[in-house]
Amino acid sequence: MRRIISLLVENEAGALSRIAGLFSARGYNIESLTVAPTEDETLSRMTIVTYGSDQIIEQITKQLNKLIDVVRLVDLTEGRHIERELMLLKVTAERDYREEIKRLSDIFRGRIVDVTDKTYTIEITGPVGKLDAFIEALGDADVIEVVRSGVSGIARGERALRL
Amino acid sequence: MKLTGAEIVVASLRDEGVKHIFGYPGGAALHIYDALYKQDALQHVLVRHEQGATHAADGYARASGKPGVVLVTSGPGVTNAVTGIATAFMDSIPMVVLTAQVPTGLIGDDAFQEVDTVGITRPCVKHNFLVKRVEDLALTIKKAFFIASSGRPGPVVIDIPKDITAETTDYSYPETVDIRSYAPVCKGHPKQIARAVDLLLDSSRPCIYTGGGIIQGGAERELTSLVRTLGFPCTNTLMGLGGYPSSDPLFLGMLGMHGTYEANMAMYECDVMLAVGVRFDDRVTGDLKKFSPNSTIIHVDVDPSSIGKNVHVEVPIVGEAGPVLAAMLERIRSLKRDDKPVAISKWWEKIDHWRSYRSLDYDRQSEVIKPQYVIESLYKATKGEAYVASDVGQHQMWAAQYYGFDNTRRWINSGGLGTMGFGLPAAMGVQLAHPDSDVACVTGEASIIMCIQELSTCKQYDLPIKIINLNNRYMGMVRQWQEFFYDRRYSHSYMDALPDFVNLAESFGHSGVRVDAPGDVEPAIKEAFSQKDRLIFLDFITDQSENVYPMIASGAGHNEMHLKPSSSGEVPLERELA
Ligand SMILES: Cc1ncc(C[n+]2csc(CCOP(=O)(O)OP(=O)(O)O)c2C)c(N)n1
Repeated sequence: MRRIISLLVENEAGALSRIAGLFSARGYNIESLTVAPTEDETLSRMTIVTYGSDQIIEQITKQLNKLIDVVRLVDLTEGRHIERELMLLKVTAERDYREEIKRLSDIFRGRIVDVTDKTYTIEITGPVGKLDAFIEALGDADVIEVVRSGVSGIARGERALRL
Repeated sequence: MKLTGAEIVVASLRDEGVKHIFGYPGGAALHIYDALYKQDALQHVLVRHEQGATHAADGYARASGKPGVVLVTSGPGVTNAVTGIATAFMDSIPMVVLTAQVPTGLIGDDAFQEVDTVGITRPCVKHNFLVKRVEDLALTIKKAFFIASSGRPGPVVIDIPKDITAETTDYSYPETVDIRSYAPVCKGHPKQIARAVDLLLDSSRPCIYTGGGIIQGGAERELTSLVRTLGFPCTNTLMGLGGYPSSDPLFLGMLGMHGTYEANMAMYECDVMLAVGVRFDDRVTGDLKKFSPNSTIIHVDVDPSSIGKNVHVEVPIVGEAGPVLAAMLERIRSLKRDDKPVAISKWWEKIDHWRSYRSLDYDRQSEVIKPQYVIESLYKATKGEAYVASDVGQHQMWAAQYYGFDNTRRWINSGGLGTMGFGLPAAMGVQLAHPDSDVACVTGEASIIMCIQELSTCKQYDLPIKIINLNNRYMGMVRQWQEFFYDRRYSHSYMDALPDFVNLAESFGHSGVRVDAPGDVEPAIKEAFSQKDRLIFLDFITDQSENVYPMIASGAGHNEMHLKPSSSGEVPLERELA
């Protein structure tokens, strides 16, 4: 099953490689991994999207918790949560397609953030499924480049991951 | 007063209570070596190869319970040390390894003798540090000792760039340390403990299976009282030998690939299994699909990640073995249930039947020296009280099977990584930790060559180790597998061009004795141990064709052991007793 694991990690040089190394050494899957500083400069926040059987997920969380650099960990998928990913997408936008793409982008609440005679660059956020659906909806349009940020997540309600 | 980084290293070790440090100098470590020269609180033991330093520190830790300390230089000093770090990591041995590094400004430049130490060691340490400021040095050392020796212990590496060891700052060694992301659990959950006790008291075919966690956690007393109070059978893993007295009638012997028939059958047929400080390693469980099919498993471990990793556990208990077993015992006593020895008498009858196969019997009439006999004679001569460090191979299994360990920390071997070359340097660490005790190194002619250079260290520091070389002119364990599974194609397992070990030992300044008749075995060992002040290399010319029995082949279950073929020679080599 797909899981979103959120971590607070010591903001140390080796922390990221320890976590990446754990996944490769033990053969766990990573769909995406994001990391950024937090308002507390000693901590980074990481979001890992992974998948595996319940038994493997249990091992992943235990092994992550065992790393000295991992301060807190939560499996967001265990409760109600919000999941978002940012995508930047460059697409050929000429003649008939120009209007069509703009309309599609509006439907998906995307924003056109850069324009040339021949291209649009669109910014769009949402859960992974929505971004996938947008790419699919573009159909036979000529997509030049796609950049996805990887997933960020946060729990719904009053639950929070902090010290 | 301000101290240099190098002086801080030495002062911190001193204030941590370290007495011995195993090392080898080199460019990046020279400031630290200079600081060592100017003090006498720590004894530095100069090994002959950095692998030897790590194994010696490891042996020291296993025998004393205190973290072993290593100091090596950058680059090749570190890469040579990696085998020993990985060995300690696999067996959860507390160790602090100080590695010198090229100066901060040169890191990343492919400087002379630079390797990415933190990167190379990352997968085989509990944690590692690169020190970036001299002000962080003392605290980092404090943290390293704390991490290495608490929770599930393990090696910690501290990489120290040379310039940091020259810079100065105020020194004070922290008394305590708090790491916000690291809080090992000590006591088990009372509800789980109660559930476990209920299960145990209601079982009719219980089995207690314990490992290195008992030794590392110093829980042998709690284990022994629990087992005796319940009257339940107990088996130990290779790493757990000595955790329960092997001469006790409740002890079933070692389990696993070369465990006794009764231990493995009891594991297979039990209805409730209490597993403490173990990790359900593949050499213990055999084929997981066939592992103990009808049991409810209670697993006590200080490391949550080892619970439920390989087998499904009904009652997980995270905590240290000692406090958890003590809490179980207390509950059992408070329930006043003392009907158990009666209730499981049928189970004991079954176990005694398995015992009657005498799976550790061997040919005592042989004209050539049987390796098992050498180990039994070693036991006799040392009254079972020696520290026995072992290398890796058949001799290791025979030492485990035939030297009945009644005490903890006496059996020193590389179980997880299986590192040939471990034995001799580990024995050095043991002897330094226990200068007045008998220390034996059980080895094979292939293993001993892997760290033979340490004979020189033994000379320099007067370490009177007794080397018990079971010389079968083969990498015996490899040969055994080739005999069983490769149709006797003995590919590269014959040890050709062996040295004359007696001369070799003598050239290092020790004594050597070659023994090739069974009648000379006991007197030779007795004589060797009567010489308290010298290392003696006993080279036993043993039966080349002897195999380690019983055996569970890979992929088989505990109920599919091969017992020893009968001595008549008419039975097929392997007899199946499913
Ligand atoms: C460093 C290392 N290399 C290879 C092996 C694989 N191996 C395991 S046992 C063994 C043979 C050991 O021979 P010896 O020391 O003579 O002991 P014996 O089995 O004959 O008692 C080998 C090569 C190992 N365990 N460690």
